[in-house]
Amino acid sequence: MEIIQIKDLHKTYDEGKIEVHAVNGISLTVAEGEFTAIVGPSGSGKTTLLNMIGGLDRPSGGEVIINGTEITKLSSRELINFRLNNIGFVFQSYNLIPVLTAHENVEFIMQLQNKPQTERHKRTIELLESVGLGDKMDVRPRYLSGGQQQRVAVARALASKPRFILADEPTANLDSKATANLLEIMERLNHEEKMTFLFSTHDQRVVNKAHRVITIEDGIVISDVEQQHIVHPSDC
Amino acid sequence: MLLTLAWRNIWRNRRRTLITAASVLFALFFALIMRSMQIGTYARMTDNLVQAFTGYLQVQKKGYWENKDINQSFVVTDSLLHSISKVGNVSVIVPRLEYFALASFGLQAKGCAIIGTDPAKEEQLTHLKKWLQSGDFLAEGDNGVLLASKLAAYLKIKVGDTLVLIGQGYHGVSAAGKFPVKGILHFPSPDLDGQLIYMPLRMCRDFFSAGDRVTSLAINLDDPSGLNLAESHINNIVLPLGLLTMPWQEMLVELVQYIKSDNASGLIMLAILYLVVAFGVFGTVVMMTSERTREFGIMIAIGMKKWKLAVVTLVEMLMIGTLGILAGIIVSIPVIGYFYNHPVDYGGDMGTIIENYGFEPKMYFAFQPDFFLAQSLVVAIIVLAAACYPATRIFRLKEINAIHSKFN
Repeated sequence: MEIIQIKDLHKTYDEGKIEVHAVNGISLTVAEGEFTAIVGPSGSGKTTLLNMIGGLDRPSGGEVIINGTEITKLSSRELINFRLNNIGFVFQSYNLIPVLTAHENVEFIMQLQNKPQTERHKRTIELLESVGLGDKMDVRPRYLSGGQQQRVAVARALASKPRFILADEPTANLDSKATANLLEIMERLNHEEKMTFLFSTHDQRVVNKAHRVITIEDGIVISDVEQQHIVHPSDC
Repeated sequence: MLLTLAWRNIWRNRRRTLITAASVLFALFFALIMRSMQIGTYARMTDNLVQAFTGYLQVQKKGYWENKDINQSFVVTDSLLHSISKVGNVSVIVPRLEYFALASFGLQAKGCAIIGTDPAKEEQLTHLKKWLQSGDFLAEGDNGVLLASKLAAYLKIKVGDTLVLIGQGYHGVSAAGKFPVKGILHFPSPDLDGQLIYMPLRMCRDFFSAGDRVTSLAINLDDPSGLNLAESHINNIVLPLGLLTMPWQEMLVELVQYIKSDNASGLIMLAILYLVVAFGVFGTVVMMTSERTREFGIMIAIGMKKWKLAVVTLVEMLMIGTLGILAGIIVSIPVIGYFYNHPVDYGGDMGTIIENYGFEPKMYFAFQPDFFLAQSLVVAIIVLAAACYPATRIFRLKEINAIHSKFN
């Protein structure tokens, strides 16, 4: 089942006299359970594309349909609600709430969804244990390593039970060990929970793990390749 | 969790929070001290004249107050006194005959104001006895007089001496007499202390050949806030008789004007003080908002509604404001309490200058919950107004721009 459909998506920035076409007519679909990497050189339009898929940025033209909802037609308020319930975000710089503990950061999302306290607490513990941070529940982000913070960010992204997770260069600030650790967690979640991941990256180690690699250059898709050497979760 | 978030956020930059709270504290502290001093001094000035002299209301003949002429006196009847006493809120009515005469003792002489009054009722109205410095208080059957202390000092007269009074009575009749000094009164108001002579009403009427006349009925009220209503009721009784009522504000116009103008300058000072603090608080808010723009963007991106985020920032500012306000009140209470019980006494030349202007050379402080509340409310409004800035920024915020902002 396709959960992301992008049709002829455009994003143009007006830089004075020059118009910059960051995304220039991209159309693609992402099916449920995919583990897809978007690659391309800096300035190719990867992050712009992810931002529009995540409803953080408005396209200049085209459509973004998430799980049957045309999100470009939603109001700002509706978009916030849509994001809360449908999309999990993992940012390059972790972006956890610094004054909340790991437990509170994860629980916070569910609180925004008005989930009952017992459910919140149970799921938070499950998620943090699943990313190997069961012993860091009450620690604030500043006392966690970059890798640990990014794992909390993954747990937070999963907390709302989203339809898919968008990750913008999730390993960019991590060392190789933390990168491997994070990838292992993401793969496991994809494999075991059929969680769809769509991420942009420069990191070849991450690209190697992806089931599908979409390459973008100058705002257009120049290749879209299934990596057959990886076992696709839908094949399991 | 929103409250937890707000509470923890304010301690992210502990020093800035403490400096902001301290600026609120000092603003409130100085505002409270200033207002307490002003209100206390005004109340004392008013009390000195209203409760110690004019009463809250007076019934007079039309035109009397402008000329203070004994020929503008009127005959007071028992039925008039009875009708006025039936008006609700009237606690005491004191018939007075007031006029001027020249007082003399030995080689000294000075113009003075003579008040003929019922000593027992006068005591109920003005608590005159509390100003008694030496000698004895008057009784209705006495033939003596009470002198204000500055006047007595000027005349170099003391208790037991005989005072000579000479003047003009009702309808131009000569008034002259000798009166033993029964007591000396010391009034806090230098003006009153330099010119008042009290004598029993009967004796005063004889002295001025005024028969059963009085120049005023001074009236005290149980509840001064019901002044307007009492005035209107009494007017209904006295207007048909060619008399009128005068509230203290009309009798003490200069005092009211002085209080108004001094109060206005005090409020301007207060406004400047609050303006300075408002800029300080606003500076903090602007810094806080700029530093956390990216964080705001992230929170909205992950699904936090903008109004909830605005509430968090509002609560943060309220927490800082409340911290400052509570600390300001806690610091102010003992200081104001001390000065309330120990008024500041202007000594030396300063005291003399103030006294020469006709004011008591003391600075009194008021201790009233209402101005603690009022000033705290003003500071709270300033803080709330400042908190509108981050709220506005949050509502206008574009997630994508915020996430890519330089700060945080």
